[in-house]
Amino acid sequence: MGVIRKLFGDQGRKTEKTPLQDDPERTASHSSTNIVNTMSEKVKFTIDGKACVADKGMNLVDAAKINGIYIPTLCHLEGVKPAGSCRICNVRINGRPMTACTTEVAEGMVIENNIPEIQEMRKIIIETLFVSGNHFCPACEKSGNCELQALAYRYQMMVPRFPYEFEEKQVDATSPKLYIDRNRCILCKRCVRSIKKADGKSIFAIKGRGHKAIIIIDHKLAEAMTDEEAQRAMDICPVGSILRKERGYITPIGKRKYDTTPIGSDIEQNVTK
Amino acid sequence: MSKPIVATTSLAGCFGCHMSLLDIDERILELIELVDFNKSPVDDIKEFTQMCDIGLIEGGCCNSENVHVLKEFRKNCRILVSLGECAIMGGLPALRNNIPVRECIEEAYLNGPTVSGSNPDKILPNDQELPIILDKVYPCHEIVKIDYYLPGCPPQADLIWNALVALVTGDEMKLPYEVVKFD
Repeated sequence: MGVIRKLFGDQGRKTEKTPLQDDPERTASHSSTNIVNTMSEKVKFTIDGKACVADKGMNLVDAAKINGIYIPTLCHLEGVKPAGSCRICNVRINGRPMTACTTEVAEGMVIENNIPEIQEMRKIIIETLFVSGNHFCPACEKSGNCELQALAYRYQMMVPRFPYEFEEKQVDATSPKLYIDRNRCILCKRCVRSIKKADGKSIFAIKGRGHKAIIIIDHKLAEAMTDEEAQRAMDICPVGSILRKERGYITPIGKRKYDTTPIGSDIEQNVTK
Repeated sequence: MSKPIVATTSLAGCFGCHMSLLDIDERILELIELVDFNKSPVDDIKEFTQMCDIGLIEGGCCNSENVHVLKEFRKNCRILVSLGECAIMGGLPALRNNIPVRECIEEAYLNGPTVSGSNPDKILPNDQELPIILDKVYPCHEIVKIDYYLPGCPPQADLIWNALVALVTGDEMKLPYEVVKFD
């Protein structure tokens, strides 16, 4: 990961820690593109030279989306407080690399998204994820519906440039409805941040730190999950790490999400504004 | 001008990639107009008889013989192509990479449900003729230099066809979204 840190610099990190991110109201206001607030202030900015308009305070991933521009994400989920942990949404804002999901759009921003240097950085991140986990696509139940795989297709990864680590990782299949395959986990924390019980209790959590960090599941709470909740947990996992039991390979090859349509193409074709 | 010469092999693979090569259907007639084959299971030539232009490698390296064959290919082919997930990242054989070799062998010859009781002398394969199993399954590009990669399990026939045509004609390779897949 040293290579990546060098390439991206530390500018992106600083934005994550701005006090704005810790203000719950502020976070809520830029969390969803669906909120139609006619009173809200509009800001103008450009992405790769294209003039864009969005509500002030909206995060850049969502702001780009309503302008028909796709910024790839792995850890970001619409409606959930951004974490900025996967770095795949890095763009250049006024010349500086920053994560789009943790950045609020502002008047006059000049954003570079689909430029060769940024695309190469994203490809490096994807390749790093492929070698640091054990991603056996041909045998994975999520293949064809996997966001990491879809990004590798989009950025035409033929082979990672780094050596494979083949690190030993565990599978936890104790829960009746779900199992966690840590071979594929990219630690995006989507499950930790968004899968909660009605009383706010988390079903998933991170245990350990650094390269020893793993996702764990609260078996008691997981046992009480409905089929719908289990399905949602599986759907928000960008890889094949959280999977429902007895539901594997349910969609035939050719009909899966990313078999014929590249990830992000729906956003690029759907210029609503 | 003589035709470009192609060699192919299956290392720690399942021959699925070779099957996919045959899946180009009637274009196989065009292919034999375009290229000649040397060492390959397709024509059953066992040893290289001349320098080849293109070597297609299916499967990764799981034993010493795989490494030997791969190095022979590197010596005798101007361009080497990793064909399929096993050649690129070890593939399904590499699922054993986290398990000690002894444990794998004991499972296969002593403890597995299909062998238990049928090997009372607890003999593990030990003939000197047998290649030595490596500590793990290696992607081909971690053993020799590989020039091109065609992912897929197996790589789609169109991907193999497009790659061969591009290599033979020197034109840029067509890479439509639908043909580059990892499964």
